[in-house]
Amino acid sequence: MATVKNPIPTNQNLQSAINNMKLTIDNKPIDVAGGTTVYEAAKQAGIIIPRLCYLNLETLGIENKPAGCRICVVEIEGRRNLAPSCATLCADGMIVKTSSPRVLNARKTVLELLLSDHPKDCLICPKSGRCELQNLAVCLGIREIHAVENAEVSTYRKDHSPSIIRDMDKCVMCRRCETVCNTVQTVGALSAVNRGFMAVVAPAFEQDLQDSPCTFCGQCVAVCPTGALTEVDHTSRVIRALADPTKTVVVQTAPAVRAALGEEFGMAPGTLVTGKMVAALRQIGFDYVFDTDFAADLTIMEEGAELLARLRRMLEGDRKVKLPILTSCCPAWVNFFEQNYPDMLDVPSTARSPQQMFGAIAKTFLADRLGVRRDNLVVVSIMPCLAKKYECRRNEFKVDGNPDVDFALSTRELAHLIKEANIRFNTLPDEDFDAPMGESTGAGVIFGTTGGVIEAATRTACELFTGRQLERVDFQELRGMEGIRTASVDFNGTPIHIGIAHQLGNARKLLDGIRAGMYHFHAIEIMACPGGCVGGGGQPLHLGNADVIRARRQALYREDAQKPLRKSHENPCIQQLYSEFLDHPLSEKAHRLLHTRYFDRSVKIER
Amino acid sequence: MAIYKIHLLVCGGTGCRASESAAVVESLRASLTAAGLSDEAQVVATGCFGFCEQGPIVKVMPDNTFYTGVTPADAAEIVAEHVLKGRQVARLLYTDPQHKTPVSDAKQMGFYRKQLRVALRNCGFIDPENIDEYIARDGYAALATVLSDYSPRAAIDVVKRSGLRGRGGGGFPTGLKWEIACGRQADRKYVVCNADEGDPGAFMDRSILEGDPHSILEAMMICGYCIGADRGLIYIRAEYPLAIHRLEVAIGQARACGLLGADIMGTGFDFDIELRYGAGAFVCGEETALIRSMEGRRGEPTVKPPYPAESGYRGQPTNVNNVETFANIPVIFLKGADWFAGIGSERSKGTKVFALAGKINNVGLIEVPMGITLREVIFEIGGGIKDGKRFKAVQTGGPSGGCLTEKHLDTPIDFDTLLAAGSMMGSGGMIVMDEDDCMVSIAKFYLEFTVDESCGKCAPCRIGNKRLYEVLRKITLGHGTADDLEYMRNLSTVIKDTALCGLGQTSPNPVLSTLDNFRSEYEAHIFDHKCPAGQCKALKHYFILPEKCTGCTACARSCAVNAIVGERRQAHSIIQNKCIRCGACIEKCKFEAIQVN
Amino acid sequence: MDSVNYNEREAPAGSSNGAGAGLKACQVQAIKNICQSFHNDEGELINILHKTQEAFGYLPPEVQAVVAGELRIPAAKVYGIVTFYTFFTMQPKGKYPISVCLGTACYVRGSEKIVEALKKELDIDIGGITPDGKFSIDSLRCVGACGLAPVMLIGDRVHGRVDALHIKDILAQYP
Repeated sequence: MATVKNPIPTNQNLQSAINNMKLTIDNKPIDVAGGTTVYEAAKQAGIIIPRLCYLNLETLGIENKPAGCRICVVEIEGRRNLAPSCATLCADGMIVKTSSPRVLNARKTVLELLLSDHPKDCLICPKSGRCELQNLAVCLGIREIHAVENAEVSTYRKDHSPSIIRDMDKCVMCRRCETVCNTVQTVGALSAVNRGFMAVVAPAFEQDLQDSPCTFCGQCVAVCPTGALTEVDHTSRVIRALADPTKTVVVQTAPAVRAALGEEFGMAPGTLVTGKMVAALRQIGFDYVFDTDFAADLTIMEEGAELLARLRRMLEGDRKVKLPILTSCCPAWVNFFEQNYPDMLDVPSTARSPQQMFGAIAKTFLADRLGVRRDNLVVVSIMPCLAKKYECRRNEFKVDGNPDVDFALSTRELAHLIKEANIRFNTLPDEDFDAPMGESTGAGVIFGTTGGVIEAATRTACELFTGRQLERVDFQELRGMEGIRTASVDFNGTPIHIGIAHQLGNARKLLDGIRAGMYHFHAIEIMACPGGCVGGGGQPLHLGNADVIRARRQALYREDAQKPLRKSHENPCIQQLYSEFLDHPLSEKAHRLLHTRYFDRSVKIER
Repeated sequence: MAIYKIHLLVCGGTGCRASESAAVVESLRASLTAAGLSDEAQVVATGCFGFCEQGPIVKVMPDNTFYTGVTPADAAEIVAEHVLKGRQVARLLYTDPQHKTPVSDAKQMGFYRKQLRVALRNCGFIDPENIDEYIARDGYAALATVLSDYSPRAAIDVVKRSGLRGRGGGGFPTGLKWEIACGRQADRKYVVCNADEGDPGAFMDRSILEGDPHSILEAMMICGYCIGADRGLIYIRAEYPLAIHRLEVAIGQARACGLLGADIMGTGFDFDIELRYGAGAFVCGEETALIRSMEGRRGEPTVKPPYPAESGYRGQPTNVNNVETFANIPVIFLKGADWFAGIGSERSKGTKVFALAGKINNVGLIEVPMGITLREVIFEIGGGIKDGKRFKAVQTGGPSGGCLTEKHLDTPIDFDTLLAAGSMMGSGGMIVMDEDDCMVSIAKFYLEFTVDESCGKCAPCRIGNKRLYEVLRKITLGHGTADDLEYMRNLSTVIKDTALCGLGQTSPNPVLSTLDNFRSEYEAHIFDHKCPAGQCKALKHYFILPEKCTGCTACARSCAVNAIVGERRQAHSIIQNKCIRCGACIEKCKFEAIQVN
Repeated sequence: MDSVNYNEREAPAGSSNGAGAGLKACQVQAIKNICQSFHNDEGELINILHKTQEAFGYLPPEVQAVVAGELRIPAAKVYGIVTFYTFFTMQPKGKYPISVCLGTACYVRGSEKIVEALKKELDIDIGGITPDGKFSIDSLRCVGACGLAPVMLIGDRVHGRVDALHIKDILAQYP
């Protein structure tokens, strides 16, 4: 094929990549470090160049820059063509124009092209108002799209999975989802397929996500600039249940939600809105407002007991005991290991996730207390997560077809519901959760951040193991944002080795290391999303901003520190639940209601 | 070519093989055996002679007699007359179309007279599957010289002084490219030969690979020595099975002779070559896409820099050159940089191979010095326009190029003049068009190609070219409007300005060059609803001349959609909105009563 | 390489999830052998798919899934490659696959008319296969036999200077 080549840089200007360099952007002189892109340099000069595909996923440690949308093009003196600022490195003496008439015309023409192959149903699009393409159209003042007679638009089959809706008619080929799914999560459910006008991102054979290796972590949804990837919206069904006089509707709220919900109402990231959230839910009409943190404490009781049992067997010299124990509260992670590590199905804890423990207790213990029939009790959960939508539909969590948790709404859906109900969220007075399933300890709160589950488990396991009160409750060694972390905790002279990973790509590294015998841990916590649930696929979009994730995590640690009780086993309502209903951790009843099993869902090659 | 008195060279290129040249070889051999001449004369299946129009071609050496259109049945006569009795078979000789006289000596044929074969020097002379014949024509001598007498820097200097520029389309100076790759520090470097010749109507690389595969291997080794690489990869289209076969044979023979592998010629230089196959993606001719494809990925181009010389195949410095570029390398070392620089024009040195096709008498492969004019190529070498029609345009550079017209005929051809004229050299396709070709349709044809071949990575190419195509389609259907031309010009300019790779950046050239050179044709489609070339079916208008119509009903009976009405023995007429313009009625009418405009 | 008769499939190609579903053990083994002959190297994916298509005639989902499993790469990636390169096909081809060259040289010499004639004669579209599995029609870009334009390939055989009026006679040469 014939190609026109730009001049190849000489060694001399490759050298300059290391040193500082001076350039001019829109007549402003600016100094930047070598290796800086024109986009970043312009940002430093206070110029935000419009862009579509480029995304710096700081929290994930990667940049998505296929340089495909060509919206961020700029004029560089001496170059024949416009250059994509996101993928062009600065050079000494460069003269850049980011909005010359030539650039504006090109940018507008390219955007018009993108819009010409995009549905025009913005009014009812779930992304309306938060769509980056829509924002660009506003920004660049697009008022008409040249209509070409019989112009083709690329259309694809819509895919409704239990968690995620793929409407690829709205795909702009930014490739962010592909990058996240493959490079960050190493799930490999999505790839660019076809070519030319019909090129799109899709699972293998354009099958449904449900039939693909997708874990429903929802990180693809979290980065999608348009309405191509959105969550399944259950708000209408929840409203219908609330309107049904025969139903008693209870709601549980996951820890990470309270640290992020405020962002949807203009509050700073990390603002804790626990009390306002409870008030809003009550105002919307939920009969009881409970806390998933309660179930998190319950999870610690069961998972901690399991850990201790395995540890004791190990110390007694049992060589068959399965260690490390892996946490199992992240449903995307459960999907991931069922697909990728079928040989290790007996390693994770059998404890159900807090959402499902809550559901199981609500539909037995609570229903009984309230005198409500199981099928008249509707359990709604508010989750930072999209995989929870899938989890609550798993057959193991149903009794005679009736699910323990009926609907899992994302944080974003809750925000919609609050706006829909015309509630002035920011001025709501703080309210408290209902008893008994609203009572929780600080250990339950930190479930929402990476390292939190294992810290909560350590607090309880250590005290139960040593029989002594902990001198300090905060385990700083387990906290942090590195993708893979390791620490040792002293259990009365026995060092307990702990591994922590967040993001599935890091989980894979850790698991492969264990398989290869590189690591030896007693316990491992894994969360699928960056920073844990605070960065979940159902949260207000963080678009890779590390500061947002950090602020949310700090909020959770703050709430933990403020709690009068910090250890799960000290929760009086949990103690009461065991004495009145469950007997003791790992009891027969606890096993039936609070534990689960895992299935080999790997792709089989042999027949 | 030692002991035989007579050599019968039979073209074994893809074109002639399609016309059963393999059977010609067999029957020539059988006839020689039958005549007891197997020791006197040898039949050699060679690479392409270039004159594909007249294939299959048999050339008898040493007297250089050129037989055209030879069938297996002609073999016995060639042996009985020419080999045995030394008499030419007059009826198989080429007839000069202008003077209507038979020409026996290839050198005297208009097609060959102005050609200068450098890259094609061995094509049609040697058996490409026999390394000895290549060596007999100084094959691998350049490599031996370079390995023993030159330092890498000195050898690169020779290439630089020769002025050789990349023949793949861009025309980047080859020596400079090598110098940059040479200057990079790395554990491993790669030499890649781009044999993903994808321009429709271009087949020079294929002919070189089929006719002279060793010259490419030799050049890649020289390049490897110069830049410090020990691995070579040839990325070749899967659509070229014969070229793949000949390369495999050549690599096997070179390895067997110790010319590929470890410690070549005892100099301590190691080099080996592997083949990688394309899988049907034009964009893989772009070097970054080619590299991704070689890595087993989707052939999507990436932003440059980094250039392959910095980070190419598997992240290592990689030098990519195309087949024809490499084919020039050994000669440059054998005859010297000054000799090479003495050929061609001021800024474009050497020769260029072109694939002449379309409405031209002598379709085929030609090699001419840079700076020759289009007129010489089309009217002297090409023998003028087929069927005495009028020349309209010549398209160079494939889908990246443009259409040149009458006014460009005396422009000397080189990289820069073509670019200045709104086209480009490209890889060397040259499609000639006559008065019957509609330039709007031609532009549409190229855009359809680009739309098919766009990788879809960047928005301007993915969507923009689609829209350009749709506007062109609309115009050929007679629905064009005045603002379409303005829209196309702006869209074309923006696509050129913003597309990611060379494919996208050049894809609007066919539109822009036809808009510049044939605006009146666009206007005729839009404002007069007429296609001046009569090609656009939707703009054809069939009607019956009542004074000539006898009412025989033949046309009405032939019409599949019952668009022709009229009583028997009365003049008929065509209902325009029913007519599908299939032309069936015209063929049936014996009275020339049906007209089309 | 041994040619594998793909007609031995036991189940219809409906389910695409289980790799190897619908394939016989020997067919799965044949694919694995191909992968292993390239050292299960992901970088050789295109060469592996070439060889696999050579053996099976085409690349249905279950075959792609086995390749993906053997190379330990996502099936989505294999599918992404198969759908990018036109040489790879997920549809079975006829006993005599017909490819009409639509390169420029053939185009200006009337290759479109040949396509029309073929479509009419065989009553299938481009990309289709006749009900008896005998012929399939595809287009390709330039086989480089521009001197013989217009050109079509039936199997490996090149038919040059094809006249749309003689399509019937040409097809009759194929039993």
